[in-house]
Amino acid sequence: MTLQECYAAIGGSYEEVVGRLRSERLVQKFVLKFLSDSSYDLLCKSMEAEDYQEAFRAAHTIKGMCQNLSFTALGDSSSQLSEALRSGFTPQAPALYQQVKEDYQITVCAIQAFQKEAGG
Amino acid sequence: MIADDSEMNRSILADMLGDEYEIVEAEDGVQAVAALQKYGSELSVVLLDIVMPKMDGFGVLTWMNQQHWIEDIPVIMISAESSASHVERAYGLGVTDFISRPFDALVVHRRVVNTILLYAKQKKLVNMVADQIYEKEQNNNLMIDILSHIVEFRNGESGMHVLHVRTLTELLLKTLMQKTDRYNITQADISMIGTASALHDIGKIAIPDEVLNKPGKLTNEEFALMKTHSMIGADMLSKLPFHQQEPLVKVAYDICRWHHERYDGRGYPDGLKGDEIPISAQIVAMADVYDALTSERVYKPPIPHETAVQMILDGKCGVFNPLMLECLQDIAPELPDVMNSGYQDKADQRTMQNIVQEMQRHEELTASERTLQLLEHERMKYNFFASLTEEIQFEYTLQPAMVTLTSWGAEKLGLEEFTIDPRQNRKVLSLMKEEDLQGLAAMLHSTTPGNPVVTYDCQIQLPTGPRWFRITARAMWSSDEPPRYTGTIGKAIDVHESRTKLNNLEQMASHDAMTNLLNHANARERIMARLKERPDGRYAMAILDLDHFKSANDTFGHMFGDEVLKYIAERLRHSVRSGDIAARVGGDEFLIFLEYKTDPELAIQRVYQSLAGGKYENFPISISMGVAVTAEVGTEYETLFHAADQALYTVKRGGRGHYRFFDSSMEKTLSVISPIDNGSNEQGGESK
Repeated sequence: MTLQECYAAIGGSYEEVVGRLRSERLVQKFVLKFLSDSSYDLLCKSMEAEDYQEAFRAAHTIKGMCQNLSFTALGDSSSQLSEALRSGFTPQAPALYQQVKEDYQITVCAIQAFQKEAGG
Repeated sequence: MIADDSEMNRSILADMLGDEYEIVEAEDGVQAVAALQKYGSELSVVLLDIVMPKMDGFGVLTWMNQQHWIEDIPVIMISAESSASHVERAYGLGVTDFISRPFDALVVHRRVVNTILLYAKQKKLVNMVADQIYEKEQNNNLMIDILSHIVEFRNGESGMHVLHVRTLTELLLKTLMQKTDRYNITQADISMIGTASALHDIGKIAIPDEVLNKPGKLTNEEFALMKTHSMIGADMLSKLPFHQQEPLVKVAYDICRWHHERYDGRGYPDGLKGDEIPISAQIVAMADVYDALTSERVYKPPIPHETAVQMILDGKCGVFNPLMLECLQDIAPELPDVMNSGYQDKADQRTMQNIVQEMQRHEELTASERTLQLLEHERMKYNFFASLTEEIQFEYTLQPAMVTLTSWGAEKLGLEEFTIDPRQNRKVLSLMKEEDLQGLAAMLHSTTPGNPVVTYDCQIQLPTGPRWFRITARAMWSSDEPPRYTGTIGKAIDVHESRTKLNNLEQMASHDAMTNLLNHANARERIMARLKERPDGRYAMAILDLDHFKSANDTFGHMFGDEVLKYIAERLRHSVRSGDIAARVGGDEFLIFLEYKTDPELAIQRVYQSLAGGKYENFPISISMGVAVTAEVGTEYETLFHAADQALYTVKRGGRGHYRFFDSSMEKTLSVISPIDNGSNEQGGESK
């Protein structure tokens, strides 16, 4: 799997990210780094603990990273979730949280598959 | 500095900026503030995220505004937040630029470079302007001084009048400023009114010589002519072809025209009343009157200071604002000294400092690059030396409420190098006992700017356990009047070892090494103190001796003998009460000193029974004991001891294994322990 194919699987825009970061090497570096970021764990923990303020921040951080990496799908869902949590819990939040979980799994699986083939 | 809670975002930004910059990273707002505190204007630019834990980006901006950092350190906001209200709020807080996510490498790079260049250029310009303003200000003062001296010269005055009026004017204004907000006076106003006061009599230049310097009383016409000087001075200023809008010229105009008005409306030229008269003119009028009274003039000798003040207060020299009379009374005691000292020079320096501070706030002046370099040099020096000593060095500021520690100190205490709001921080509060914290704070608050250093010993709770520290601290007082307490700097030195050693030495000096009971010398000291403290108490002293101890030593060896002594000491410890004194006098002799209520017999019997009897291994414990009471022999230590000793001797001679009280029949007997010299005693065994 190439980085390009990985982006296709994730639902992201490869052209856009390379256009911004100007180097495939950098894109690859940060895509792989995404795996070790702890914001997603923090989001899950905070949602379970019903700490919505913390959950908002975590979703917001995920959104920011996705924007930088042009992970469009996960970026959209985490953006919606963070808006739904901005001023505390709202009824839409649980469904959006499920969506973020799905998108995150897809994203992580694709990156891991890419990582394996890239030999990293 | 890059402040963003996501490690990935920081790293993307760092990569984009490349190797051209040294990068400091902060994970949250608190770290960002700490880094700002640490690096100050060494930071070329701050890239600041909005949503962060602990303190968000707006929090950081608010801090930067409070500390006036925002004026020196440009901030570029980075965020996925793009709502107009956020952008507006950020710009309102002084943000220079905005970069929204997702980052574009070229855009980020270009904006950072632009911002840094812009600020560098601005700093340079500000420095140039500041230098010029300073020079111009100096020249202005010089010109005004020359001009006003010309007026005085013609007036036949010493040339000190202008200086005195200026000094007094500034002093009165300062006092007034502390008393009321009514007149909205700032430091800058004080300095300007002081300068302008030098011009109050320029109108006299148009008064004919014969009138101006007439030794006798003026005629009505002459006086009317004299009175025109205030209006003439004002006219001269209002007809200046330039600088009409200068605040200094306006203030000088007010002073020239109205420094002979009276608070009751009966002055000249306009008959203004109360606060219709500008405050500048009111003040100069009073300063003028005071100096005229206390100086020598062609028509009068100088009047002493106290009389002059009293005359003004009594309304003999015109009517003044009551508030101003209060001010005069307040400063009256220091006036004679101030007028004769080089007050003006010092005052100039001080006002200059204040003005510089005020101007810095308004971005009109910054410390020159050279000053910054010097500061940086000092900081490095300080950090280096601090890292060499094993001291916990700290700095505590009230505004912002923050404790800064040297890295070594922070590690030692288990704290961060920067702690915001330390008085709310549980970790900080648990370091010291509340009473120690308050004791130290009270000591610091009661210091004075002249004598600000205190020393305080207390225990500090380290992660490894409590230890004794000596804290030497200096209270920081502001330089304005009255001085305000602004914080503390200081160090804490570990004195645990020396303190423990001292305690151990004391313990060793006062105790018998083998039995750990008191030794004779120390027991004697304590007993004598007790007897002196309450000579009418009922005390008994018992000296006891282990029967057949010599044979125990001979039969079982000295090691065994020592064991027996330790055993007896242990029993002795258990058989006395906490207030009693038990000691080893030497060899196998022990001493007990106790206070009884009614019958000494009961107390002694109790002690004796718990001591004597039983066996240690195969050695039977038999005790002989002699007792003397103060009721019988008095409160002299030596007499008491000697009597108990004689009673013991009597017991020994009479078959051992019991106790006896001293009575007069024993006076001729020998003693067991002899000689009794200064309380110390060698092995007493031989004398048996």
